[in-house]
Amino acid sequence: MTATAADRARPVEGGKARSRLLTGALLLPATLWYVVLLVAPILIVLLFSFGNRGRTGGYVAAFTLDNYLTAFRTLDPFFTSLRLSVFGTALCLLVGLPLAYFIATRATKRKALLIVLLVVPFWTSFLIRTYAWILILGPDGLAGFFQDLTGNTSFRILGTEPAVLIGLVYGYLPLMIFPLYVTLERMDRSLVEASKDLGAGRWATFRQVTLPIALPGLITGSILVFIPMMGEYVIPQLLGYGQVYTVGNLLYSRFLDNRNWPSGSALGVILILIMLAVVTVYVWFTNRGRTVRDVSVV
Amino acid sequence: MASPAIPIPASRTVGGRARANVDRWGQLVEAWLRGHTLLVYLFLYLPIVVVVVFSFNGTQRRVTQWDGFSIRWYENVLSNKEVQRDLGNSFIVGISTAVISTIAGTMAALGLQRTPKWFRLPFDALTYISVIVPELVIALATLVFFASTIGRDGIVTSATGVELGFGFHTIVPALSLFNISLVLLLVRARLSGMDRTHVEASYDLYGTPWRTFWQITFPQLLPAIVAGFLLSFTFSFDDYLITTFVNGAGTTTMPLYVFGQIKRGVTPATNAVAAIMLLITLSVLLVGQLLTRRRGAAGQDASVAGMIAEQST
Repeated sequence: MTATAADRARPVEGGKARSRLLTGALLLPATLWYVVLLVAPILIVLLFSFGNRGRTGGYVAAFTLDNYLTAFRTLDPFFTSLRLSVFGTALCLLVGLPLAYFIATRATKRKALLIVLLVVPFWTSFLIRTYAWILILGPDGLAGFFQDLTGNTSFRILGTEPAVLIGLVYGYLPLMIFPLYVTLERMDRSLVEASKDLGAGRWATFRQVTLPIALPGLITGSILVFIPMMGEYVIPQLLGYGQVYTVGNLLYSRFLDNRNWPSGSALGVILILIMLAVVTVYVWFTNRGRTVRDVSVV
Repeated sequence: MASPAIPIPASRTVGGRARANVDRWGQLVEAWLRGHTLLVYLFLYLPIVVVVVFSFNGTQRRVTQWDGFSIRWYENVLSNKEVQRDLGNSFIVGISTAVISTIAGTMAALGLQRTPKWFRLPFDALTYISVIVPELVIALATLVFFASTIGRDGIVTSATGVELGFGFHTIVPALSLFNISLVLLLVRARLSGMDRTHVEASYDLYGTPWRTFWQITFPQLLPAIVAGFLLSFTFSFDDYLITTFVNGAGTTTMPLYVFGQIKRGVTPATNAVAAIMLLITLSVLLVGQLLTRRRGAAGQDASVAGMIAEQST
């Protein structure tokens, strides 16, 4: 039946050549975008990273490693970003896992509502939601509360790493919860029952049954959260008051303030390499000794 | 009589006590899960509530000092020429990006079904890269690209003598990169879960591919396409980073205005602007939810929100 349907469909489509033309036409715009605005720009950045800065900024052709050497002398922002991203990912996991578990296994009738309630903040203006934390953490908000509580009038939260961390966790939490939720939702609940019937306790069941099942979601979520955190600019800028100096801040100022493109490009290349390394190691490490699972990233 | 009766109640009490213990732990865990969930939702919504509440603050002085309910800051902000212009710019950027991304992304999703592996693998890799790479990397790469082609000393500029420079024509394509991939992923997910029987039935009834597409495939894809369009609009309407790298004179958008306001020091007017941006992005979601809910009556969660949740795997 299916074969006849396909056979009949073919001649109507008008031959192989026309079909190929249509496929090409359908893919043309997206391919054009990828080549012109993703591949070409990254190649140019790679090229620029070996060049010199012009007198008024911009790029002068050259082949030098100076930009990389300079970058390696200013590694502090990289470490700050790395620290923030590692803690941020861990916190997202700590906050997200119980929530995803609750929605997937406990919320019966209200499941759809709880999911919509997760999507709503994710959909509303990211910039404004970050800005709101300035009010919440500021001297009239939480910082003021702690000042009154402890009598320490110089206590502040904004401009410190914890403030940036709160902003990062707040901004990226849904990206951790969604994949976790989907894997836990698909989990066969009879496995948990079986584990309990065989005498395993709650914790043992969680560790040996639920957690391995949630692992693909956990990896996906961690990558989705970690990588954007590594290159985040808006959150450290707004909540860190420029005192928490991340790779994002450094790159931004190299490009837009100093117009030093070669130096900024070198930093960009290093950032891309770090991210590639982290993803590779992370996927390899968590998949070690396991049968190959479907670890799609998005 | 007595001897067999003894072990039975004994074993019962042991078993009962163990179960009671497990249940007490179980109840604690359940209560903790519940409490944790509630707290996370409070955490997610607190900032939104704070901004909206303080946007109605009548104060003249400090932002966070409550001085009675008032809509004066909304009046103040909406009559501001700069805000009006930037709001208009944001709409231009949001709608253009959404239109381009939806068309190109949907086309690519349809085309990908028919491509050989040698093409699909690198194409998929680029799709994932464009979604996952930090926005900052895309921002600086596109800046460098545009500057060295159509910028002041760019290749195209020196070859033709015409300097295109920066503006909407650089912002919209730069933002479209991420959003094309987003639409592509949404539509492709929908396509793979689609029921093929109707398509085959249409061919059996001698429907042309063109008619089959518009009458069978397209209506089934519509929720994903609508979701993709609205998400692209929101993301580009709200974008700060890429826009600030590739914008030109006179194409300042709302996020850039707000960012500047915050850097200069927050005023009560900032909250009103912020609340307006929240309102616009929220109503887009609401429209999407209403549009797609009616379509997805077939039991599956075809609503915009459900789709986004599903998409993240």
